[in-house]
Amino acid sequence: MPTIDLETETGREEALRRMLTIRQFDTTAGERFADGEIPGFVHLYIGEEAVGVGACAALEDDDYITSTHRGHGHCIAKGLDPKPMMAELYGKREGYCNGKGGSMHIADVDAGMLGANGIVGAGPPLGTGAALTIDRKDEDRVALSFLGDGAVAQGQVHSAANLAATWDLPVIFLVENNGYGEGTPAEMQHNVENLSATAGAYNVPGITVDGMDITAVNEAVTEARERARAGDGPTFIEAETYRFHGHFEGDEELYREDDEVERWQARDPIETFAQRLIDRDELTDEEYEALQSEVETTIEEALEYAQSAEEPAPEEAYDDMFAAEVPEITEFARRVRADGSGHGGER
Amino acid sequence: MASAGLEAEQTETMTVREAIRETLREELARDEDVFLMGEDIATMGGVLDVTGDLHEQFGKDRVRDTPIGESGFMGAATGAAATGSRPVVEIMFSDFVGVAMEQIMNQMAKMRYMFGGKTEMPVTVRTTEGGGMGAASQHSGTVHSWIAHFPGLLAVAPGTPAAAKGLLKSAIRSDDPVFFFENKMIYEQSGEVPTDEDFTIPLGEASVEREGADVTVVATQRLVGESLSVADDLEGDTDVEVIDLRSLYPLDTDTIAESLAKTGRLVVADESPLSYGVHAEVMARAVEDAFYSLDAPIQRVGVPDTHIPFSPSLEREVVPDSAQVREAIERIA
Ligand SMILES: Cc1ncc(C[n+]2csc(CCOP(=O)(O)OP(=O)(O)O)c2C)c(N)n1
Repeated sequence: MPTIDLETETGREEALRRMLTIRQFDTTAGERFADGEIPGFVHLYIGEEAVGVGACAALEDDDYITSTHRGHGHCIAKGLDPKPMMAELYGKREGYCNGKGGSMHIADVDAGMLGANGIVGAGPPLGTGAALTIDRKDEDRVALSFLGDGAVAQGQVHSAANLAATWDLPVIFLVENNGYGEGTPAEMQHNVENLSATAGAYNVPGITVDGMDITAVNEAVTEARERARAGDGPTFIEAETYRFHGHFEGDEELYREDDEVERWQARDPIETFAQRLIDRDELTDEEYEALQSEVETTIEEALEYAQSAEEPAPEEAYDDMFAAEVPEITEFARRVRADGSGHGGER
Repeated sequence: MASAGLEAEQTETMTVREAIRETLREELARDEDVFLMGEDIATMGGVLDVTGDLHEQFGKDRVRDTPIGESGFMGAATGAAATGSRPVVEIMFSDFVGVAMEQIMNQMAKMRYMFGGKTEMPVTVRTTEGGGMGAASQHSGTVHSWIAHFPGLLAVAPGTPAAAKGLLKSAIRSDDPVFFFENKMIYEQSGEVPTDEDFTIPLGEASVEREGADVTVVATQRLVGESLSVADDLEGDTDVEVIDLRSLYPLDTDTIAESLAKTGRLVVADESPLSYGVHAEVMARAVEDAFYSLDAPIQRVGVPDTHIPFSPSLEREVVPDSAQVREAIERIA
């Protein structure tokens, strides 16, 4: 059973809810970042919701995903809870990573989410590794690695794809081609028109789908998942999409024209999907509004949870390094904090 | 002094190579989650014949030949370890660790910490180090200082066959990433190895291989044997204590400090470049924890910050051996 069955009415409603949740989560994160409440940097997924939700809907709960630096959407699509997610953005102890990861590293291994990632192209080898565990233990699961169009230039992506293809591992590579790697257009970074052509080098299926259409993404991943489970190895999918915001919040976006952004915004993946449901009489305008305000409440609650959550104690910086006791860490930390103040100064 | 207990145990004479291979065999048999992967480790038995016949006994799923793509298979080992496998990866020559460094330093080493402790990383990386074979600069490096320096990774480097077995067992059974550095020039060196299948040496424990009162030599890998032979030569003249450091991180400061309390003099012998590495760390620990025991300047023996050249005469020049250890001892004895 897929996590969300898009063949059913309740499934479609849940998919819409998740896309709206991502949109609302990231809108709020962007605002709170602009207000200086969220430290570091945040990369928003706004505009790409159909890819994450369409893909994760096709997975089962115990399937694995690996993510990118633009990972909030993947987390929500995989079913992670916005509260500890937001708390992680705030660097709080209640966050998914106890405040050690932040926006770029949210992970929940138990939920099959093997981490957002600050290194472009690092996810596919990890997804291949999860698929290796699945294969060795003869489990009925798959792994899906999201990657950006920019990441397709990264050597380790190809090293992993070759390994996965050679060993027929149950992994899916899903490229989110949003047209840019930071400020450089995809066509200036690759010499092929469609990045799914990459699949040819590994003799695995490569397909390009409309990443603004949740159904198209979902169908491609469903098929790839079947292939993976049947022992036929990886599939390389390219989903053509667009990010409505800059690369990171605060990006001046000097590399693209407003009318390009507007043209893609006219194809908003959430609006088009909702409109399709409305046209089919599956959803009324009132129901859509109700869903939107439900999601607003969810994210407001997540925000309040994050804002009022506790800061980690400075000495927690030395926790979680190793499973084993390592004397250096306690010893060096003790020396750093010998006068009671540590490196961190006042809390 | 972990080796002191050895006499009581059942032992067998083995080379370092055999000790490693038999340990892998025992651990593969003991735990289904353990598997080996690397280039040419199965059908070919490893380029330096360490994995040998293991693939015949355990099959191609447990002993896997990978494509030549260190970043891909190191990443796959990392992902596999995060999801319940216990991979033992071989990097054919330690110089190739650089190819996989992204997965090592940013994924393997950081995942547990970044995720707030929510994953384990039970991966072992075996690789060969060292000059002496005329293998030139890209097949002779000693890179263990990089790994020991990097937070989140454990690093060990045995100097004897028994240490090879005990440390490799601990590495494979550890829930943390452990790098196991084999010096390729001592694969044929033999010694007594406990036959107990549960013989382990705790990570972070050095061993006093020879007791002495005048000078302490803290040595690693091949230089343990070289230092022991120097100590024998100097017997009657200078009483040399030889410590096999064994574990680079964590590092057994106590054993070094205790030895210095006795001898007051220290030589650090390790075949890595002299600057910013294992030598410097051992010296720093000695200064921090045994400063008042020191009676003479600390001496270091290593590679003078060069790469390893090809020509035997050049290679002999830069790769340290017993002569350099002896000179270092004589400078301060
Ligand atoms: C190895 C590495 N190189 C460079 C960067 C800096 N960087 C962060 S995101 C990014 C662009 C990535 O583009 P793409 O893969 O297309 O993903 P997108 O941002 O479009 O989602 C770059 C260059 C990085 N984080 N990691």
